[in-house]
Amino acid sequence: MKSLYESDFLVIRDETKCIRCKVCVRQCANEVHQYDEEEDRVVADSSKCVGCHRCVALCPTKAITIIKNPLEFRANYQWTERAIKDIYKQAETGGILLTGMGNDKNYPIYWDRLLINASQVTNPSIDPLREPMELKTFIGRKPERLEFDSYGNLITEIPPQLELEVPIMFSAMSFGSISINACESLARASMEVGTFWNTGEGGLHKKLYPYKDRAIVQCASGRFGVDIDYLNAGAAIEIKIGQGAKPGIGGHLPGEKVGEEVSKTRMIPIGTDAISPAPHHDIYSIEDLRQLIYALKEAVSYKKPVGVKIAAVHNVSAIASGIARAGADFIAIDGFRGGTGAAPMRIRDNVGIPIELALASVDTRLREEGLRNQVSIVAAGSIRNSADVIKAIALGADAVYIATSALVALGCHLCQNCHTGRCNWGIATQDPYLVKRLNPDIGARRASNLLRAWEHEIKEMLGGMGINALESLRGNRLMLRGVGLNEKELEILGVKHAGEGI
Amino acid sequence: MKDINLRYIEGEIRIPSACGLLGYINKKGELTSGYHIVSAMGVMRERGNGLGAGFAGYGVYPDREDYYALHLFFEDNKAKEETSSLLYKYLDVVQEEKVPTRKVRTIKDPPIIWRYFAKPKEDYIEESETTEDDFIVDLVMKINSRISGAYVFSSGKNMGVFKGVGYPEDIGEFYKLEEYQGYTWIAHSRFPTNTPGWWGGAHPFSLLDWTVVHNGEISSYGTNVRYIEMFGYKCTLMTDTEVIAYLIDLLIRRHKLPVDVVIKALAPPFYSIIDVMEEEERRKMKAIRAVYQSCLLNGPFAIIVGFKDGIIALNDRIKLRPLVAGENGDFVYVASEESAIRELSPSPDRVWMPRGGEAVISTLEEKGVLV
Repeated sequence: MKSLYESDFLVIRDETKCIRCKVCVRQCANEVHQYDEEEDRVVADSSKCVGCHRCVALCPTKAITIIKNPLEFRANYQWTERAIKDIYKQAETGGILLTGMGNDKNYPIYWDRLLINASQVTNPSIDPLREPMELKTFIGRKPERLEFDSYGNLITEIPPQLELEVPIMFSAMSFGSISINACESLARASMEVGTFWNTGEGGLHKKLYPYKDRAIVQCASGRFGVDIDYLNAGAAIEIKIGQGAKPGIGGHLPGEKVGEEVSKTRMIPIGTDAISPAPHHDIYSIEDLRQLIYALKEAVSYKKPVGVKIAAVHNVSAIASGIARAGADFIAIDGFRGGTGAAPMRIRDNVGIPIELALASVDTRLREEGLRNQVSIVAAGSIRNSADVIKAIALGADAVYIATSALVALGCHLCQNCHTGRCNWGIATQDPYLVKRLNPDIGARRASNLLRAWEHEIKEMLGGMGINALESLRGNRLMLRGVGLNEKELEILGVKHAGEGI
Repeated sequence: MKDINLRYIEGEIRIPSACGLLGYINKKGELTSGYHIVSAMGVMRERGNGLGAGFAGYGVYPDREDYYALHLFFEDNKAKEETSSLLYKYLDVVQEEKVPTRKVRTIKDPPIIWRYFAKPKEDYIEESETTEDDFIVDLVMKINSRISGAYVFSSGKNMGVFKGVGYPEDIGEFYKLEEYQGYTWIAHSRFPTNTPGWWGGAHPFSLLDWTVVHNGEISSYGTNVRYIEMFGYKCTLMTDTEVIAYLIDLLIRRHKLPVDVVIKALAPPFYSIIDVMEEEERRKMKAIRAVYQSCLLNGPFAIIVGFKDGIIALNDRIKLRPLVAGENGDFVYVASEESAIRELSPSPDRVWMPRGGEAVISTLEEKGVLV
């Protein structure tokens, strides 16, 4: 069948600069670049280009650039290029459209409609270069109050906590969806900075056991890689109910990505699709979740926090309240912009709600029910920079998860083709030839640099607000103002509009 | 001008202010006249701008020491009648009267200022299975949040708050404070950035026998308020001081935390200090910081807290507002400025500058160590 799908990108090569070194040919796993021996020139098949810029980055003479295909359809607000091309693709394959990374549609980004406060005159700003500035964060269930004996000794037993030096953790990405080197990079960065990484539902590869003390191990509906050693290895356990990129469905790792190592780690045969069920087959209601939470707590002798991750959906606040009551020590809420290694495009782009609204509404609900202080909230799904972190914490998060940002730090260019397994940056692939492109020494440094940089920026902004401990920002929505938001949005976010005083 | 005052009335908006603080206690419980603290506030006139001042005296109602002394502001008789009927419904009122005042040229448009000596009716205590203190707290919250034009600004036993819009000397004269005798006195002078339209906004802020005077602007206000609201407190005034009073009430009275733990919750040591503590102490401190993280008062503050057994003075962790302490015989003084202490006691035995986060705690000797 002749494809009507014209290429998304055009590869432009400056022939005067090209030295025929063929780096681009070797680097492109999508086989865009071919060397034509007869003509002694490199030619490109733009239709295969995903726009990942690997060839651009490695071309020694900077001869290559990639541009968006300027080919125009007749202008039409309803029938955009994307709408038309999606139909061509489905007419040609008869399949569900698959994609990678997060929702890229033009929905409101509430982070960009929120502004942060600073002190002037009546309250001095604090200079982080000259004064201590504390970001330490504890994730875990906290008793409502402490009790002391008559000698002043603490009687209350504090449930297990994760102790974070920065309020940013690496979100769940399985070995399978990303490469062992990508996992190792994040794991090592976590060790270095004093935060945590998350195994996703991929199990814990032997090579990653040295970083287990900083690992949150996930228990998802497929139970891949879950056994007692795995549960005991992690610093915390996270029950994955859902994820922001694809609320309502389970994980999907195509068989092509299930090689020997992934097979061993997940405890499944080589080459089989690892498809986790949409629900946990032992959780059909909130009391079943409670049983799983306590089964896991029993399994690890109550020594590790057990949390629950859910996608931000319409009724998220009531669900979160139920999860808190079911005994979860932390609740991770993943907004509809959260990324993924593979998701049906229609689900990624249309299901779920923005994390900003979900987070605000969960925090408010838990406070109304007097539960907020007992359970930690981790916000995920679209945190792009330190300002987003500040805003999330002011809305009520204890900490945030980042994943897309972390992969971008490792070199990801957001080409949204993780599901193909041909990641030229060695991140979302299991092809050994591609995987070795990501050096975990460098990856760990880039990821930890990112966290350090954000840490500095958070401290600067905190100091500007006259705050020297992060806990004083937590849920402090007076430090935020909305711009261009309607009454309802302001009400849900619990913030005033810019221009309104305190 | 009237309209502006209505729009920017305290309670509708949050008004930052700077202040002068002073407090002292006689540890033997000997009584001194309110005259002294009023005149000592005069040396810190620069710290206020005449838009709010107040005093609290402990031991001022010895004849009625078993009764809650409720001091109220009423904007009009309607508010007074509505409140009175509520009070008489729930409380046994043994005495009610206008709080004695004298005319002072600079004090303009005072509200109706009334006091009731009362205790909760036993039926209601039994029925609601609550303590008298909790019952009074609920009632105060109810009046302050629901009855328009009525405001309870003092609700402890054998103590009273006297405050209003004016300079401290004038407020002292207005309330005839020289006629009261107390073992602890606390005073406040205010420099708000806006014109508070309302007397209730002046300090001290008080609940039961807790009074707080405060100099500073709490940058953690939003966090503290949302925490305290979970425990049923309603912040009607939108002042930092109100929140501090409620936090202290929660931690000491309801959570029954030792005072030193409360101090550590409000102004905890930095983790760099905690990290080098002995293991048990470190475990305790981390627990306090984790569990009471939303109680941390951030931003600049100096506070003096009065209660029936003593006074506590505390600075923020990096001492962004002044606080100095002094001692002379049985007297312990705390103030924004040493000059105010020396006005009360020209040559004290000792004067020192407490470090940030380091509390000055002084209690009546007969009460011994605080629990």
